[in-house]
Amino acid sequence: MTVPALTEARAAAELDLIQRELANGLTVTAVAKPGVPLAELRLRVPFLAADPALPAQATLLSEALLTGAGSYDRAGLAAAVQALGADLSVGVVADRLIISGNVLATALPPLLELLNTVLTSPTFAPGEVETERDRLVERLTIARSRPGTIAGEALGLRMWGRHPYALDLPRAEDVAATTADQLRALHELRVRPSGAGLVIVGDIEPRAVLDAVESAFTGWTGIPPAADAPALPTSEPGALLVIDRPGSVQSSVRMGRGALSRSDPGFPALQLANLVFGGYFSSRWTENIREDKGYTYGPHSRIDHHVLGSTLMFDVEVATEVTGPALLETRYELGKIASLPITQDELDAVRQYATGTLALSTATQAGLASTISALSATGLGLDWVIDHPARLRAVTVEDASAAAAAFLAPSSLTAVIVGDAESITAPLERLGPVELSE
Amino acid sequence: MEIPAPSFELIHHTLDNGLRVVLAPDRSAPVVGVAVLYDVGFRSEPEGRTGFAHLFEHLMFQGSANLEKLEHFRYVQSSGGMFNGSTHFDYTNYFEALPSNALERGLFLEADRMHSPRITEENLANQLDVVKNEIRVNVLNRPYGGFPWIHLPPVLFDTFANSHNGYGGFEDLESATVDDAADFFDRYYTPANAVLTVGGDLDPATTITMIEKHFGSVASRPAPQRPSFAEPPLTAERRRTHDDPHAPLPAVAIGYRHSDPVGSLPQHLAALLLAEILSEGDASRLPRRLVQRDHLVTDIAAYLGEFGDPFDERDPTTFTITAHYPQADSLDAILRAVDDEIERVATAGLEPGELDRVRTRLLSVLFRELDAVISRTLEFAKFELIYGRAEMVTELPQRLLAVTEEQIRAAAAELRPERRAVLEVIAGGGK
Repeated sequence: MTVPALTEARAAAELDLIQRELANGLTVTAVAKPGVPLAELRLRVPFLAADPALPAQATLLSEALLTGAGSYDRAGLAAAVQALGADLSVGVVADRLIISGNVLATALPPLLELLNTVLTSPTFAPGEVETERDRLVERLTIARSRPGTIAGEALGLRMWGRHPYALDLPRAEDVAATTADQLRALHELRVRPSGAGLVIVGDIEPRAVLDAVESAFTGWTGIPPAADAPALPTSEPGALLVIDRPGSVQSSVRMGRGALSRSDPGFPALQLANLVFGGYFSSRWTENIREDKGYTYGPHSRIDHHVLGSTLMFDVEVATEVTGPALLETRYELGKIASLPITQDELDAVRQYATGTLALSTATQAGLASTISALSATGLGLDWVIDHPARLRAVTVEDASAAAAAFLAPSSLTAVIVGDAESITAPLERLGPVELSE
Repeated sequence: MEIPAPSFELIHHTLDNGLRVVLAPDRSAPVVGVAVLYDVGFRSEPEGRTGFAHLFEHLMFQGSANLEKLEHFRYVQSSGGMFNGSTHFDYTNYFEALPSNALERGLFLEADRMHSPRITEENLANQLDVVKNEIRVNVLNRPYGGFPWIHLPPVLFDTFANSHNGYGGFEDLESATVDDAADFFDRYYTPANAVLTVGGDLDPATTITMIEKHFGSVASRPAPQRPSFAEPPLTAERRRTHDDPHAPLPAVAIGYRHSDPVGSLPQHLAALLLAEILSEGDASRLPRRLVQRDHLVTDIAAYLGEFGDPFDERDPTTFTITAHYPQADSLDAILRAVDDEIERVATAGLEPGELDRVRTRLLSVLFRELDAVISRTLEFAKFELIYGRAEMVTELPQRLLAVTEEQIRAAAAELRPERRAVLEVIAGGGK
């Protein structure tokens, strides 16, 4: 019995997408994607700034934004949203504030009205802000008790130093010192439509939705200050940093370096080289340290995209007693892919994987909305998704191998390990210099 | 508000060897979902073999009749698809999301391991290491690992089937043998004990032909008799503590045995709406009282089903309330406030508009789960296996609309203090 061949691929239907810049500077993208009777929305507001007080204030603002607006108190606002079959949530990273929502498609217009109220007249009642401040401090404590968070923060610090990108989560003491007045001032300053983008995808009529947005978003105006974040620093990889977590039964390995952005001509080759190395299950890294050696539940490497630049990130949790061997095999695979050609079979497999999974990830309303919103942060549109399979098809073995040589050399990666230092330091020192964190 | 419910065409077919097939065609995008569910989960694993159902799930990916190790993964991914599998209390699933030009390949891959997985000493040893690392990353090396799905059942339930650790103890896992795996496969992985669902861009007649071709030759073996795992409600409160060396804050899980989600569906749906009334969003009862007013907890959630899916288990399932909180000595105050809020629903009923808005949101959440072809395919398969009706997926909106306030008050009246098990997580993580 032989494995059935693939039949002829069927093309996806073209999407009905329209985009309009409103008078207040907000760019609105609406896409008809029938299926379930829902609509997804993503409102992205640029938030990147050098201000060291921003991370704590922005995070608390994201927690407190939906605790009351206009004539609604906290429970009243939540009830009004819920009655539309809707949900709103707010998230923040260094680059942006994102308000995400989903709603019964027929109830989209009233949800837009509620969103406008939140954007133009959030209450930030001192009592609610205090409640959210205390909760956020508690949640930060929980987050920082996870070894992956500890490792990620240490890597961020090594790669980015004082740059805003270094800090994924704010410092608890900064959050504790944040006031309702500061949130109100921050909202006034930065939650402005000019330069922001709203994406709506679902069982909708795009033109009608654009009109609904235009009529709902009354009174939301203004231009935020220009982004003033410093350029990304270039960091030296340095020695492997070990952070002690006594009694840890696994070691959390995190590695990273700069990469290419989606619009760079070299990006498709780098994307495919990364997949061959560790970006999917059938990768060399997974087949070696999971399926052959059993050192881990699973390693992952990926390319993250930020406004100021992209990064290659590697993460894996390995059993404490095999931390040395797992790092050895990891560096072996990195060294091998950076030094010897990728094979045609490997390239064809990842090309098909990248093409197919791009189609899968944009086949849902939520996936398509998130993709369009993420692309827009660096000035790209849905065209990028549509044209990407052709770019992937053009990548040769030579291109992918050259990308691997340029970006996957083990000597080029900044690396940290969180684990039981007493058990892992000596084995790691056999492989190269190790620096023990304070 | 008028709520338009999505509708799907479902086609049923049963093979001579007993394999139940459900097709859910939808030609709107060139993608398909393939899912096989076997009617065996943690509850059916033998004593002394905790974690075996999950370990066995891993072994099903290690090669099969016509496939070497690693080939399953490679064939799926080099077709542009994704795969996974997961073990639940009452079933185990295997699935692929694929471009529709790989449909027959996906069916072949599932059929090949239904014929005969390639289980060797070497693969067993390798996947034992992988599973131990899965348990380390998800349970042993993190705060609140296994909370509450591993630590609450032994307090709430009495039988081995319902109370044991589904991930398994390392000693049990290490004593598993290739012969155990062969026995487990023979007994539980029969075509008559499985449901195959294919959703998305497919032609029904062609697909049935492909399914007959690849699965029809799997030898017929009887489906095992599934015993009842039911346990009656508790009559006296139980309390236990669990020391978590990594947790920085205490936490609590309150569990109630919840009977017969399949046979008593109206009561089950009332309990589901109750859970939403108690904890879905900032307008719900428990966050308003315990988070916003009394500042007792950092967060609080009420849900049905061990993993938060209310339709994932047969009798029994669990109604769970979990909370993390900053002050270790406030547990009794938390329990009093929770009891108070539940009793308020039971005795005073609902606020005007409360049921409508909560139900509208719940329907929207259920619809959203049907958007991705693979999640929809898995839902149809699960309802066909657990409820005997894939159609239940599209009937749920009407059934939820039929639930009355009286039924919700009755569901709240079931959650009495003497019926609960309380698991307190002692935070050892501090600084």
